[in-house]
Amino acid sequence: MSKPKVAFYWCASCGGCEEAIVDLAEEILQVVEAVEIAFWPVALDFKREDVERLADGELAAAFINGAIRTSEQVEMAHLLRAKARLLIAFGSCSHMGGVPGLANLFDREEILRYVYEEAPTVHNPQRVRPETRIEVDEGLLTLPAFDEAVRTLDQTVEVDYYLPGCPPPVGLIRSALQALLEGQLPPRGSVLAPDVALCAECPRKPTKPERLALKDLKRPHQVLIDPQTCLLAQGIICLGPATRSGCGAACIQGNMPCTGCLGPTSRVLDGGAKALSALASLLDATEEAEIERILEGIPDPVGLFYRYSLPASLLHRRAGNGRRVQEGRTR
Amino acid sequence: MSRREIVVDPITRLEGHGKIHIFLNEKGDVERAYLQVPELRGFEKFVVGRPAEEMPQITSRICGVCPTAHHMAATKALDDLYQVEPPPAAKKIRELIYCTFMVEDHALHFYFLGGPDFVVGPTAPRAERNILGVLARVGLEIGREVIGLRKQLRDLITRVGGKVIHPVFGLPGGIAKALTPEDREAFLAGADRAVEFALFSLKLFEDIVLRNPQYVEWIRSEAYTHRTYYMGLVDERNRVNFYDGWLRVVDPHGREFLKFPARDYLRHIAEHVEPWSYIKFCYLRDVGWKGFTDGPESGIYSVAPLARLNAAEGMATPRAQEAYEQFYATLGGKPVHHTLANHWARLIELLYAAERMQELARDPEILDPHVRNLPAAIPREGIGVVEAPRGTLIHHYETDERGIITRANLIVATQNNAARIAMSVDKAARSVIRGGVVDDGLLNLVEMAFRAYDPCHGCATHALPGQMPLLIRIYNPRGELVRELRRD
Repeated sequence: MSKPKVAFYWCASCGGCEEAIVDLAEEILQVVEAVEIAFWPVALDFKREDVERLADGELAAAFINGAIRTSEQVEMAHLLRAKARLLIAFGSCSHMGGVPGLANLFDREEILRYVYEEAPTVHNPQRVRPETRIEVDEGLLTLPAFDEAVRTLDQTVEVDYYLPGCPPPVGLIRSALQALLEGQLPPRGSVLAPDVALCAECPRKPTKPERLALKDLKRPHQVLIDPQTCLLAQGIICLGPATRSGCGAACIQGNMPCTGCLGPTSRVLDGGAKALSALASLLDATEEAEIERILEGIPDPVGLFYRYSLPASLLHRRAGNGRRVQEGRTR
Repeated sequence: MSRREIVVDPITRLEGHGKIHIFLNEKGDVERAYLQVPELRGFEKFVVGRPAEEMPQITSRICGVCPTAHHMAATKALDDLYQVEPPPAAKKIRELIYCTFMVEDHALHFYFLGGPDFVVGPTAPRAERNILGVLARVGLEIGREVIGLRKQLRDLITRVGGKVIHPVFGLPGGIAKALTPEDREAFLAGADRAVEFALFSLKLFEDIVLRNPQYVEWIRSEAYTHRTYYMGLVDERNRVNFYDGWLRVVDPHGREFLKFPARDYLRHIAEHVEPWSYIKFCYLRDVGWKGFTDGPESGIYSVAPLARLNAAEGMATPRAQEAYEQFYATLGGKPVHHTLANHWARLIELLYAAERMQELARDPEILDPHVRNLPAAIPREGIGVVEAPRGTLIHHYETDERGIITRANLIVATQNNAARIAMSVDKAARSVIRGGVVDDGLLNLVEMAFRAYDPCHGCATHALPGQMPLLIRIYNPRGELVRELRRD
């Protein structure tokens, strides 16, 4: 029997998801033994044409990381969707939009203007901008255009599974590959990570009070963080209660709070809203002034609660900044 | 007029889709080759409104290959923003983590990406010009050592940083947790292994490259040479430092041209915009932008390993200093303008980083549990600098009195090199494409012109073995495809 074919592809990403695969270290050799990698631009020599030549459904699976911002990324997502029996959104950007999704708080024009005209080191009296078609002395050059906003993969094509995390923890990657090879996958649409909150696997769980009553919130730089005690009990916002487990509480092991990169559990529609409401119920205050004082500890609620998920959220983009992207979720 | 165009697209060892567009004249010689970078995510804009203390984690998402560099530059910008000095142990742990990162990152480039051009050879069968070819040449045992060493070092970063891809340890005035005696033992073991590995790698370079007169000739060839300014961080004795110091710039003759603290970067560094690339091209404000040309009249400068060695007067550790002296003795004194010498310079830096790991891990003060000083000042503006593997990296933030970002400016490593890389690709293409003759050798020779810099466009992923797939299409003046060259 021939080996199943898989593809890896990146869109608007940082390269961390590719490094996460490399961090399988010697295990990557076992992966190469078990599957045939038919496409992986970062590592192998196959081209888009090679993918186009495949029969529809010929790929057992395609893993796509990165968010969607350019027309080329849209085309590649559609192409791989057609060729793959299973499409897996790999990592926070593909899953929920990721950190670059915070760009949806700004217009495309605001971004271009700042980067090419207003940044303090820029010297650009002619206000030159990168253009999609440029006549130079020798001929015509082209550049890809950027869409108005960042989208998730499943706002672009239908997605079968999600491998969450920024980047996905090596353990989850290993389990997902095993499940795929053994045909032991959960129902389509599942997130391939434990469906319980991070607190369940947090080493500081024993120090989490039965009922939290926060009279004060601290930003991480304002206090010395005790390395043993539940961060919420220390008055530091930790998104562990509203975030999936599966990372081994990596950031908390680094003595810093969870920032929610694995996204919410399956019972939550909007992770940021859930985290916000969970937090509100923990505040030990009734007077408005007192509540306001406590909330000074959260100076950037959108950046805190939607750090990795703004494009996937019900907010999607900041209200009132022009056209809202019309494509809805296809699922 | 009869024209032909050669488009190299995609070049996949760059993050995103770098593209080389070559225009030929009627004789089939190169008129100009453009390296275009189609990357923009707008970090500088969308960090506005975020709390400053989140910058080390948010900006690390610029690059998942060198997240530690952005994390550290951001953390140092926070020290400056809050005017808070980290305790000595915190500084040493930061530098220890940083040197650990430099070793694993430089090792990745030499063995997986750049090295195959030399270890296997530019004229070797193309199917062998990759990590597998390197392993065939040096043995599988060495391959296991490369993978094993990288894993060990990356696990060390995880111990302190929580995660190796997007670590979390940096805070203004220190780090999030102290080093335990067990951690220190692990770092000592990793450092010793890294030094051995560095010495082996330099020996390998000597045996395979320096003993081959043809390779040395390539390194020295005019096709891969530009006489530019060079920039790098130096310590108080003008020796290379990755974590801190002054930015020193030497002119194309090797004379000190500038030496300034990162705080003054706006006075000396400016960015030029071209309509055909999303990357901005840095130049020295003091000299000015004179177009894509080298020499003392042009403000174009270079960063990364070769530039760092040129901009310094030596290395701060003994074995790296020996290697530094041999480097300049072999290549004819300072400065060295040969782009391909970056590969050798990178290994000398790898040795320095490994020796520095040993020094720091042996320092008893590194176990001091006092690793945070809490900020008290009202924040306003902060600037931080480090030497990323691919060159000088500057983060600059302005905030309101609550520490919320109101403006940010980032000078990212490869941006400093962007103009010189563009010239290098152009010059290599001009040198190797003559009379319209193009063959597979060309593909690798053009690639080598930018690969030596280890460019990180946007945030390149330099991951697994494999050649850069190249596709060259030649069109006639009517836009019809007349020839297609591809590397399969």
